[in-house]
Formats: sequence, C-alpha cells, structure tokens
Amino acid sequence: MAKLTLNDLNKMREAPKRAPDIRVLVCGGTACESSRSDQIFENLKAECKACGIGEKVQVIKTGCFGFCEKGPIVKTLPDESFYVEVKPEDAKEIVEKHLKGGQQVERLLYKGEGSKTITSVEDIPFYKKQMRVVLRNCGVINPEDINEYIDNGGYKALSKVLFEISPDQVIEELKKSGIRGRGGAGFPTWMKWNFSKGVEDSPKYIVCNADEGDPGAYMDRSTLEGDPHSVLEAMTIAGRTIGANSGFIYIRAEYPLAIHRLEVAIGQSRALGLMGKDILGSGFDFDIELRLGAGAFVCGEETALLASVQGQRGMPKPRPPFPAVKGLWAKPTVINNVETWASIPEIIMKGGEWFAGIGTEKSKGTKVFALTGKISNSGLVEVPMGTTLREIVYEIGGGCPNGKKFKAVQTGGPSGGVITADYLDTPIDYEHLQQLGSIMGSGGMIVMDEDDCMVDIAKFYLGFTVDESCGKCAPCRIGGRHLLNYLNKISDGKATTEDIAKLREISGAMQRASLCALGQTAPNPVISTLKYFEKEYLAHIHDHTCPAGKCKRLIQYSINAEKCIGCSMCARRCPANCITQTVDTSKKKPPYAIDSQACLKCGECFTACKFGAVARK
Amino acid sequence: MAAVTEDVKLTDELTRFIGEWQGKPGNLIMILHKVQEEYGYIPRPVAIQISKELDVPLAKMYGVITFYHFFKLKKPGKNKISVCLGTACYLKGGEDLINELENLLGVGVNTVTEDGLFSVEAVRCVGCCGLAPVLTVNGEVYGKLKKAQLPEIIAKYRNN
Repeated sequence: MAKLTLNDLNKMREAPKRAPDIRVLVCGGTACESSRSDQIFENLKAECKACGIGEKVQVIKTGCFGFCEKGPIVKTLPDESFYVEVKPEDAKEIVEKHLKGGQQVERLLYKGEGSKTITSVEDIPFYKKQMRVVLRNCGVINPEDINEYIDNGGYKALSKVLFEISPDQVIEELKKSGIRGRGGAGFPTWMKWNFSKGVEDSPKYIVCNADEGDPGAYMDRSTLEGDPHSVLEAMTIAGRTIGANSGFIYIRAEYPLAIHRLEVAIGQSRALGLMGKDILGSGFDFDIELRLGAGAFVCGEETALLASVQGQRGMPKPRPPFPAVKGLWAKPTVINNVETWASIPEIIMKGGEWFAGIGTEKSKGTKVFALTGKISNSGLVEVPMGTTLREIVYEIGGGCPNGKKFKAVQTGGPSGGVITADYLDTPIDYEHLQQLGSIMGSGGMIVMDEDDCMVDIAKFYLGFTVDESCGKCAPCRIGGRHLLNYLNKISDGKATTEDIAKLREISGAMQRASLCALGQTAPNPVISTLKYFEKEYLAHIHDHTCPAGKCKRLIQYSINAEKCIGCSMCARRCPANCITQTVDTSKKKPPYAIDSQACLKCGECFTACKFGAVARK
Repeated sequence: MAAVTEDVKLTDELTRFIGEWQGKPGNLIMILHKVQEEYGYIPRPVAIQISKELDVPLAKMYGVITFYHFFKLKKPGKNKISVCLGTACYLKGGEDLINELENLLGVGVNTVTEDGLFSVEAVRCVGCCGLAPVLTVNGEVYGKLKKAQLPEIIAKYRNN
C-alpha cells in the first residue's frame, strides 16, 4: 500500500462506493466472542454464499454493542433488526428467512416489557437514553479495517490539526469543550496538554493509559476492541499539539483481543502513512508502540504507570513534578486514559462548544459506564453527564432481576463508595458523586441488591487494595492491612463498637498521609458503607447477625423437624457429613438434624431442600 | 543455593525477540512477557540467562517479576483455570466456583493438581462482567456459570 497524502485521503473518502444492499453486523467483543460469535459470523457468511446472496450482503464483525446481557448480538442494516442471544445454528434461519426472504426472525428479536417483540433498535429501552460519542464507532464499523474508520469520518480531525489549525487552536478547542480526564480524577485535559506544550525540553511523549484495573469495569477494553483508530488518531493529534514524536499505549496483558486489534490498527495506519514519518505529507513524524501491563492495579496511577513503561516496578512517585513536566524518562509527557483519547477527534471535528453543550455545568460531555452486578440489563452504557442514577439503573438497566430489592450502587470501584436508594435522583457528574462520598472513577457501576452485605463489600474492596498496595508508603501498606483485620473481626462477629471508631481513625489517616491515590482512596468503600449502612455494621457487632445472610461465620442453618419429610436429600449433599437422621420413633421417616459445630455453612442443604425445611438465620 | 552457572538454551523465538528488543529502553517487562508466553512461567535458569544477556542484575529482575501478579515463578498445570473475582463475578458467586473447584480437584488457589493436569488461580476481572460469574480455561471463557456445570467442564479438559 502506498503512503497517502492529504489529497489521497480526501479522494479516498469522497470516492463513490458501491454499498451492499444489506449489512449484517456481528458483535466481536470479548463477551460475545466467548459465546461463539465468531462461529455465528462464519456461519452467516457461508449461508449467504450458499443462498446465492453473498454479493448483496456484507457480513462484518464489529466491536461491542454494549448490551452484553443479551449477547451475542447480530444487527442488520438498513432495517435495524436487532437479534439477541443468537446461536451459531441460527445463522441459516436468519439468512434464509430474513436476508433472502425479507421476513424478520421473530423468535430472535429483542423482547421488551411484557414480552413484546421490538422490531427496531431505537425502541429498545436500553439504548433510548444513551448518547454515543466515545462509543460512536463501536458496533458500527469493522475495527480491523482502517477503510471503514476513514469512511466514517476517521482521520479528518488529524488532517485538520496537521493542515488547518495551530496547536494553540487545538488547546483552545479543548478548553472550550471543558473535557476532563476520564480516568478518575477529572483533571482538565487542556491544562495537561498546555503544561507539556509550554515546557522547553525534548523529546516529549504521549501515553495512553489502558491499564483498566478496576474490577468490574471494561469500558476501555471495549473502546479499544471496537474503535482502536480513534485512540491512535487522538494521540497523534496530541503529539502534533505539544511537539512529541512518539507515543506509548500501556495496556493490560489480560486483554488479548484489544491488543490484537491495536496491533492490526497500528500496522494499517503505518502502511497508509497515517503513522510514522511525514504523516500525510505534513512533515510531522509520529509513531506509537504498545507496552503490556502485568497485572498491577497501582499502575493505573500515572507515575507508577510511567515507571512500568520504563520496565521497572510500578511504584508511584510524589508529585510535583507532574508527568506533564517530568514524565517518561524525565521528559514532558501527556498521559490520558482511553476514554479521554477517544473523545478528542469528535471535539476537534464538531468543536469545543458542541461538546460543552452536553452535560452539566462543570462536567461536560458523555461518560461510559460498565453497568454490572445485580442488574437486569448489564452492559456498557454511554450517557450525557448529569443523567441520574435512577435513569441508568431503572430505565436503561431495568432494575434488579428476580424481584430483589435494590440496595446500593457502587461507583469508582475500589476507590469509590456506595450510593443508596435515597440518592438515586442525583445527577451524575464529578462534583455530585464526590459530595456523596464516592467518585466518578473510571466508570465501573456495580448494582447491589438486598442479598449483598455491606461489610462483606467493604471487605472485598479492602482485600483488593491490600493485595494491590505497592508497599512503598506506610499509611497504605499498614493502614490497609489493619482496616481489613477490623473488617474481618466484624464479619466474624467478634468486634466491639470501639472497632468502628478505629476504622474511622485509620481511614482518615490513610486519606491524609498516603503517597498516591490508591492509598488515599482505599478507605472510601469503608467510609461510605459506614456512612449509609452503620446499622448493618452494628447488627454484626451487637446482634452477631448478618442481615443479608452473607457473612458465613454469623449464619446458622437448622432443620425444622415439622417440615422435614426425612427424604435425606440434604444429608446426601452435605460435604461435611454433619446432617444425620434423628431417632424419632413416632415417624416412619424421622426428620434430619444439623450438627452446627461441624457445619461448614456452605448452604448446600439450604438449596437442596425442596420442602423449605432448612432455615438460614 | 547451588551455584547455577551453566548456560541454558533459549527458544529460537525468544532469542529473536530479545534481539529485537535489546537496546530499547524499558524492554525488561516486554521480554518477561515473552518468556512467560514461551514457557508458561518464568523458569529460574532462563531468568539467569536473560539477566546476563541484558546485563540487568538478577535481583533487579526478580524485583520486577515478583511485583507483578501476571508473572508466575511456578509452572502452571496443563490446563489453567482462572476464576474471575472481579466485583461483578464476586457478587454473583465467583468464590463459590473456587470452593467447588477445590472440592472437585482437591487443590486450592495457585496450586497444581498432582497429575499436573490442572491449576487454579483467582484473577481480577477478565472484562466479561455481563457474563458473571466467569472462569476461563486456557483462555477460553465460560460465562453465567453455575457450580453444577463445573464437573462437565473439567471432564472436557481431562479427557483431551
């Protein structure tokens, strides 16, 4: 492939294309691929060929549609039919009945409320309130074909930055847009860029933080899998703006598909001259390399990430100096997260004012959330800032499944906190979440229902941060361990009220004295669960009960002799062999009883009993 | 400890990779990834050899290896079972899967079965939260799992 000039690129975009009559989009995100969407893709292609409509129909594999709950997903264009939970063997019917015969396959269409079949994407409640800026190309284009990205307006922003506007104008546009870093802290992006631009030093570097470590969040992964070029384009724009000629994408090794798609995208960009020497004949050079993370949560912190890119242990450093001034190899470095990067080409093309028109006063644009946990429609959701939690949890997410009662939603992962039902009408933006004791974080949003114990949740997150603490500073290394010990004491029913005071004291010390954000925010799950659910903590301490029935040490299983019919189902399932038949001569089949000393509290008997005779307290 | 000074032969692919990366700043982690890809873990003789070739002190190398969860110093089982314990999977019973695997295989987390066929590890979020709870066997994802499905999955790999 020859390297393109600006003229070639424009011609390429304007060239008339013979559009296929029908486009069939198959989700190729990680979740759908693990449900064999690649086989669906192959089968659809083969069936189209077999039916003689191979010429008319184009089948492509796209990035994530976001509606992971209902995957694998197949969408057809132009009629916008939305097929859910498709199996490879359904391909034949889709091709013969729909693509050839012109009739939708009704049984595969998404069913809305009251099992009403929904024939078009726009009527699906999951998508109604969403606005796709970052995910604009996910589920729309084939991420492994640069031509599709270009046809969809890709690399226009780069052309504009290279040939039409000055670096100062780029920064001005970002300033007008009001975009703030989507990695968690929400620092204004234009300021970072401007700092680096102003430093007289070379070389300078551009870094993409794709070390998505928050357990329960996968926005960045899906963006990279569905639209890798948007990140490459944005990084090149930043390079031009601050005067950097090389960039690094630091990505988790646990994301093989995203790595593969990035490698393909980088290869295609280089081949077309959109990356490398003299991009589009502008005289500007820029190249991007990948660096793999190795499973350390702290590497999401920018100074730790930079240490890791340099091949060292990922330990944070005190700031200042900030990376914008002294970053990679002590040179000025602009580091942004995937979602921030993916927004930038749109801001350049549509203008800062357009972006600033979306969202709230201080939080502009859209935000992608990974909505998971006890929620009917789990998936990726992109909404304008200022959307309320209620809209996300109920209108988009469909509420908690199985008729369970909503208890709380956790945002910001291990660095965030819980938000209860009382605050569901809060508009989501950086400030409001902080006021509630949580944070925006990278965008994990985990819904919990009545069966989830808040002490257990705090324990889970503390277990995580203790495990992930790099050990450099004492408040985080020692404080976290102590918090976890106290939480364990509480969930074992061995704590006293003073231990709650200790939890608060240590949390405060960690917030004030830790070196980096990991330690400073690690107590947040404890503080916020204590704030909203202190009663639940006290129930563990005073009554030795776990109201949600989760903390094993506090649960007691027993068999109601009246209800037990002596079928022996529970005894056969008990792994500890601690359920035995009683000697009750009045009954033909005497009831069973549990030896509570030997009981492992595994709950096997509870689920095994069909007569409701096993009680859990 | 016995003084191991004997040179080990690195795989051709690894030698090629080291050649490509030698001299690039910050190459250590990328090379360690390649070692693990080739051997399934980071064998000590290989680490010693690489320390010589890159002229990086062995202590520094081990400092890096042990800092990151991804790098393994023990050989994993032929079939690597990774149970996701990200938040969504934890809420939906990821821990029960680990306990059940322990019952079925007789080994806990980070251990290899005696026959070397299976090893179990807990991992942080494989990014398929919509499918929680999830586990992967040799990279293949199994989602929306129930405990009762585990024997079948294990049997599939045992007989392979």
